[in-house]
Amino acid sequence: MANLDSRIPPGPLADKWRKHKADIRLVNPANKRKYEVIVVGAGLAGSSAASSLADMGYKVKSIVFHDSPRRAHSIAAQGGINAAKNYQNDGDSVHRLFYDTIKGGDYRAREANVHRLAEVSVNIIDQCVAQGVPFAREYGGLLANRSFGGAQVSRTFYARGQTGQQLLLGAYSALSRTVGQGLVELVTQHEMVDLVVVDGHAKGVITRDLVTGQLHRHAADAVILATGGYGNVFNLSTYARGSNTTAIWRAYKRGACFGNPCYTQIHPTCIPVSGDYQSKLTLMSESLRNDGRIWVPKRREDCGKDPNTIPDEDRDYFLERIYPSFGNLAPRDVSSRAAKRMCDDGRGVGETGLGVYLDFSHAIKRLGEAGVRERYGNLFDIYHEITNENAYRTPMRIYPAVHYTMGGLWVDYNLMSNVPGLFVLGEANFSDHGANRLGASALMQGLADGYFVIPYTIGDYLAGQKPGARPSTDAPAFRQAEENVAAQVARLLRAKGCEPVNHYHRRLGQLMWTHCGMARTRAGLEQAIQEIGALREEFWRNVSVPGSASSLNQALERAGRVADFIELGELMCRDALTREESCGGHFREEHQYSDGECKRDDVNFAHVAAWEFLGEDRVPVRNAEPLNYEAVKMSVRSYK
Amino acid sequence: MVASTSSKLISVTLRVWRQEGPAAAGRFVEYKAANLNPNMSLLEMLDVVNDDLERRGEDPIAFAHDCREGICGTCSLMINGKPHGPHRGVASCQTYLRSFEDGAVITLEPFRARPFPVQKDLICDRSAFDRIQQAGGFITARAGSACDANAIPVPKGAADLAMDAAQCIGCGACVAACKNSSAMLFVAAKVSHLGLLPQGQAERDRRVLGMVRTMDEAGFGNCSNQYECSAACPKLISHDFIARMNRDYLAASVRSVFQAESQAAGGGA
Repeated sequence: MANLDSRIPPGPLADKWRKHKADIRLVNPANKRKYEVIVVGAGLAGSSAASSLADMGYKVKSIVFHDSPRRAHSIAAQGGINAAKNYQNDGDSVHRLFYDTIKGGDYRAREANVHRLAEVSVNIIDQCVAQGVPFAREYGGLLANRSFGGAQVSRTFYARGQTGQQLLLGAYSALSRTVGQGLVELVTQHEMVDLVVVDGHAKGVITRDLVTGQLHRHAADAVILATGGYGNVFNLSTYARGSNTTAIWRAYKRGACFGNPCYTQIHPTCIPVSGDYQSKLTLMSESLRNDGRIWVPKRREDCGKDPNTIPDEDRDYFLERIYPSFGNLAPRDVSSRAAKRMCDDGRGVGETGLGVYLDFSHAIKRLGEAGVRERYGNLFDIYHEITNENAYRTPMRIYPAVHYTMGGLWVDYNLMSNVPGLFVLGEANFSDHGANRLGASALMQGLADGYFVIPYTIGDYLAGQKPGARPSTDAPAFRQAEENVAAQVARLLRAKGCEPVNHYHRRLGQLMWTHCGMARTRAGLEQAIQEIGALREEFWRNVSVPGSASSLNQALERAGRVADFIELGELMCRDALTREESCGGHFREEHQYSDGECKRDDVNFAHVAAWEFLGEDRVPVRNAEPLNYEAVKMSVRSYK
Repeated sequence: MVASTSSKLISVTLRVWRQEGPAAAGRFVEYKAANLNPNMSLLEMLDVVNDDLERRGEDPIAFAHDCREGICGTCSLMINGKPHGPHRGVASCQTYLRSFEDGAVITLEPFRARPFPVQKDLICDRSAFDRIQQAGGFITARAGSACDANAIPVPKGAADLAMDAAQCIGCGACVAACKNSSAMLFVAAKVSHLGLLPQGQAERDRRVLGMVRTMDEAGFGNCSNQYECSAACPKLISHDFIARMNRDYLAASVRSVFQAESQAAGGGA
């Protein structure tokens, strides 16, 4: 059994982080330069961590598979970033942000981590403004805010519909500065393909140079993974095509536990699927729900009609009806399932019947078309490009799509995994969002981890490591890891089967969406585990990966990632199967109230499931870390 | 209510630039793509073509792509001779087949510029942009040292204009569109974004001098005011920012001369 000591500091919740910072060990400035830290990934968490650690004096190597750190998928986040600034004087506070996030996560996150997140949220906004992030402002020159789902205050900071882009470019600018100063070595177009563990500690990684195909060994005193989420296990998602699980999956296979893999977020407002050739789904920001109203026709026979001809009294504004106090701003999991129920009831709209309307006609009456354009113009443009429809004239059609994964590698309060020296930040870890993430909280967590948590906590580990003692890349563990990777690459190229990689990715995605998507059942999950096993066997036998190992080979890159997704998919189903309750984004049809809401089982499942790899073809061990709620009373989550 | 063109499938002929590596000679290769839904994106069509190639054990067409929603700046196709294709204000990934006639010939090439060497097929190396950023495209603000965000009021007009410039996705279409392979729109966007904000003033001169010097060293050409860059920019960033950068550059150059003298004078006193 893995050692899952969460190392949550003792004492009252609001004092834990302050006290912990004062108690943990420090590395003196002259020694910092003797430690080298590898940061894999350069999204919000990775680039903020790399630049912050470099500024402190550590030697940093930043490894990204993109051609530039600025491409990381944090860039696509649209709506905003939460912070408990209370600039609107509307009663916000660190406690409220903490409480909303815990409740939003359906009481399946760690109180101490979430409270820390809420505390440092205010510093993030300060930091980003100092870096020149052009947040939206009022005429007086002060920062503007808007509301997001799951909150009754206005605490979201934004930069038009491109908040993620602007925050990432801020973090990228800090990373670029430290690269230019010679403090960070930037390694682009290298994919991490294995973690190197020496004497039980993470001491390096193996990368594949995506241009030459060459494998490289990198040694370090500590390794940070900030490699994002794994939603592309569903094939169709709002993730970038390149987003993958390989870095964290291979770390899992080296001993790092995987926390709550089945917790995935299905975002309610995405553009519906239009054909089987489709490669991705596009999100329409949740911020649209501030002014847009979601509805379906009351009568099934109206579904094919032009929506503008359906009078108000024949429309079912179902979120406003079911959740009057939160209305269209109900949290994502709740809104997604409500949309699914409407479509299951035969009242979905569009060609496939898998869609609901997001209607701005009332907002246009209130604000004028120009007012709506100023707030959401770029989103309306995106919608028009993809669907060829004008959403100022006719309501948008939206449907839920996979958007985020709350699960990830298990970490303690210091963000260190159960493998000492391996730290995991941002979406790649499991820690802050419980079973459902609230809107505008992903950006907050990525930057909190990188700018304000890891700079403190990594010292506590490094202080225990002798300066200059990191192993040489000639050590047996490096050689063995490199040989493993080379063997896998050779095996993929050798298969010379009949189907392209995408074929297997699509089939995996369909299995996952059907059985491990918005609604899950015991029978479905058991079936999925069987079918994924068969798919895996067929993949290795029948995949066609042309080209060589020693060149730029995108088919080979995809093949390695899909091989990992297939294994992860199985683990997700196993996790969903053993979690005999419904909570947040995990909805088991067997466990629901009569009105269709989630039925949690706090007696048996108020814990983190942390899966431990035991070897190929062996069933992994499910470890449990109990969640102790001291400050918040666990209750039935209601947005009614 | 789906696009009116949705029902009729189309077929196209692709002329694709194939080049095995940076040192290899490239050539155009023709591919037929049939029975395509016009609502398919151009990149999704490449996926379909590549699936066929892979099924036959042939090397798929290498092309750069990631987010497929026009924000990451990875995709970089010359489509019928135009960076990012026929439409204004979109990236290659936001180009849909409904923009082409049934039976059309579509020519696909990588962005071409000396500082953007081809890595393979349709992928070119744009790391020169990163080097320009590293030479000054930032405001130095260490984590932990910032003052309260509302302590620095920024007039809405300045913030909005800075945001217009900050939208640059770093794709390099401006370079590919320019007959001189100038990167001035890219550099001007960053110089303007940071220079328009009060937080960016301390490093304003160093920034513009450092970024322009690195741009020149990387081998990008000069601007001759044709504005092809703005026309090709997926975010429609205005060439007015180039004028702003030129003013900044001139002022910084002059100030740097006087600053050097004043330091010498200070040292002698």
